This record gives sequence, C-alpha cells and structure tokens, in this order.
Amino acid sequence: MDFISFLVAYWPTLIQLTAEHLGIIVVAMALSLALGLVVGIAISFSPRAAAIVLGINGLLMTFPSLALFSLLVPVLGIGSAPAIAGLVVYTQLPLVRNVYTGLTGIDPALIEAAEGMGLTPLKILWKIKLPLAWPAILTGIRTATVMGIGIGAIAAYVGAGGLGVLIFQGISRNNDAMVIVGAILISAISILTDRLLARIGDRDRS
Amino acid sequence: MTDRRLSAGLKVGAYLAAAVALTLYVVEWPQDSLVARLVTFPHVLALTGQHLAIVALSSVLAILTAVPLGLMLTRDWARQWTPRVVGFVNVCQTVPSLAVVALAVGLLGIGATTAIVALWLYALLPILNNTLTGLDGVDAATLQAARGMGMRPGRVLRRIEVPLALPLIVAGVRTAVTVNIGSAILAAFVGGGGLGDLIIAGNNISRVQVVVLGAGLPMLMALIVDALFDVAAEETAG
Repeated sequence: MDFISFLVAYWPTLIQLTAEHLGIIVVAMALSLALGLVVGIAISFSPRAAAIVLGINGLLMTFPSLALFSLLVPVLGIGSAPAIAGLVVYTQLPLVRNVYTGLTGIDPALIEAAEGMGLTPLKILWKIKLPLAWPAILTGIRTATVMGIGIGAIAAYVGAGGLGVLIFQGISRNNDAMVIVGAILISAISILTDRLLARIGDRDRS
Repeated sequence: MTDRRLSAGLKVGAYLAAAVALTLYVVEWPQDSLVARLVTFPHVLALTGQHLAIVALSSVLAILTAVPLGLMLTRDWARQWTPRVVGFVNVCQTVPSLAVVALAVGLLGIGATTAIVALWLYALLPILNNTLTGLDGVDAATLQAARGMGMRPGRVLRRIEVPLALPLIVAGVRTAVTVNIGSAILAAFVGGGGLGDLIIAGNNISRVQVVVLGAGLPMLMALIVDALFDVAAEETAG
C-alpha cells in the first residue's frame, strides 16, 4: 500500500491518534511538572535529601518503560491511566534535577539581599528564586516533554492509544505504510515540540 | 586508580550476583506452571546472549562509523560546517527510539538485522555529537603550537586532538551503550529477540514475575556496563 492512499484512507484516524497522544502528554506533563516543582523545591533545602531523591529517580529511569506500563495495567486498568502514571515517573528526573540545579545555582548574595530587605522565605521563593531558576526549569520541561512523547508511543502496546498504535498495528498487520507514517508523525511531533520549547527559552532569555 | 578498579569490580560482581539470584528465584519458585514452562535457565541465557549480541554489534558499528565521521567533519576543510552538523545531530537525537525501530521495519522488514541497524543509527548520534564537541573544543593555541613544532596534520590528530577529545568520546560511547541496552528491548517487537521477549511474554500471559525478570536483567546489564565505563573514564581522563 502506498503512502498517498494510506493517508487518504486514514487521515481521520491519524488526527484522532495524534490528538490522543498529545492529550496523554499534556496531562502527564502537567501532573509531572506540579510534582517535580514540589519535590525540586523541597530538596533544594537539603543536599542529602537531594542526593537520595535524585539517585532513586535515576534508578527508576533505567527501568524499562515497556515493563513499567505492563506492570501498571493490572493496577490502573487498560487505557490512558497507566500511560499517564508511567510518563509521570519517567519525566520526573529531568524536571526535579533541573528545578533543583536551577534553585541551588542562584548567587547567595542575591538571596541575602532579599532577606536583608525583609522578604519572607515564601516571597523569596516566589519573587526571586523561581524566576531566576526559570531557564533551567524550562530546559527540564523541554527534555521531559520530548522524552515523554517517545515513551508515550510505547504505551500504545498496553492499550493506551496514541500514535504508537500505528507502529504496533502496522508491524502485526505487516503494513509498512502504517508503520512508517506512525514513525514519521511521532518524530515530527518530537522535533517540533523540542524546537518550540527551545524558542520559548530563547525568547525568555532575551 | 586501583581503588576505582576495585570498587568497579565489586559493583560488577554484586550486579552479576543479583542477576543470577533474580533468575534463580523465578526458575526455582515460579508463580505457576505457565511461568515454570516459559522461564528456564537455558532460555534466559539464550535471550541474554541475544540481547548482548544486539547491543554489542550495534554499538561497535556505531563507534566505527561515528568516530571517523567526527574526525572527518572537524578537518579544516569541513570545519565551517561543524556547528551546523552538531545542530542537525541534536535535532535527530530528539527522534524517539521506537520511531527509529519502526522506520527500520518499514525499510528492512522484521528480524534481528532490523533491530541492529536501528540501534546502530540511534547510538551513532550521541557518539558523533561528543566526538564533534570534543574535537571542536581542543584549544586553537594548542593546535597552533603543535603545528609550529613541525607536527604534520596526521600526527597532530593522533598525538594531540584525539587524546584531548578522548574523555568526551568515551562519555558519548557510554551514553550510547547504556541507552542501547534499554532500547534493545524494542528488538522483541520486530522479531529480533533479546530480553524484551520476556517482558512481552510476561505481559501476554500477565505474569508479574516474568515481566520483572525481563526488566531486571537489562537494568542490571546497564548498571554493569556503567560500572565498567567508570574505569574507562578514569583511564582516559588521566
């Protein structure tokens, strides 16, 4: 089957799968960012806790995603829930690490000045620390999102939907056009997302 | 340095012991007869061998292509393009591993060769990236001094550039190999075998033990390789 006829026949499905994929990524990233910010801020006060948390995160990252999704299915059921939970786990490390390095890399003189001006710790966090750490946090968001798009494709194997469906169904049906279209769409979304977030980072800096 | 080697050796030993213990546990205390029939020592050993072969072949191919390519692209006549090549490689690196494997299936059909080619391409990028960055980062004054001493380009490359860039190149290989151990799981989708077979089989019959074994072995394999690279990093940095 050639590409053109495949695209003509399947375009509504392609749009639906793309929307499904993006939906999973957006929900997972929102949850992961909220969790990552809380954890990152919490460990920025204690280097020891930071070493432990980042170590555990690093170890979790090496756990094969296919296996994690497969283990989450009996707990969370088939569908997007295990995919979202798995993605939150895998996107934690880049987020937490970048929030942590962003917050701890701030010139202590600035914090002292803020304290001298009588700002409360909460205000210092909100008005000084987080804005200064923002470029690092944004880099973390970028790494995590791009990674999530790729891992999200694997979640299709356990019934989460999204663009991975094209790859897995294409392989089992021996439909090369379907496999290649799936691969190209996932790659294109990864590259575009990466460029987009990089551009936002550049704009913020200037 | 010997301390470093000793601790790396101990780590490797501990991880190996953990891998054997994990396999032994599943073989000796299977959940039920289904697991007992599926997971046997020879079978696990064969899958581990396939996994290692896929990773080793693709990684060696990647080193043999990426390093010379990096050396070529940093010669004077190509130097002006180096930043663009690095940019291009960085863009390619955002392509997910499953997409690379899928593209390889589309072009080559299924089988172990497909998996090896896909992982080769995937491992190429971090090594090329680090080779380019490492060679590009060699101080221009150092190069000039070497040339001023009358060293010919080939000698400058061998005696100055490569040794100075080596830590970064090794770091690139380390990233590529550890990532490849994880990505080689995807080989199971394209009939390439490897430990991914266990995860997929465990998922199909929904037996946690088999999935955990299929996940644990590549994890330990990655930890072992990482410990070995600790030593390699130490050697090349000195």
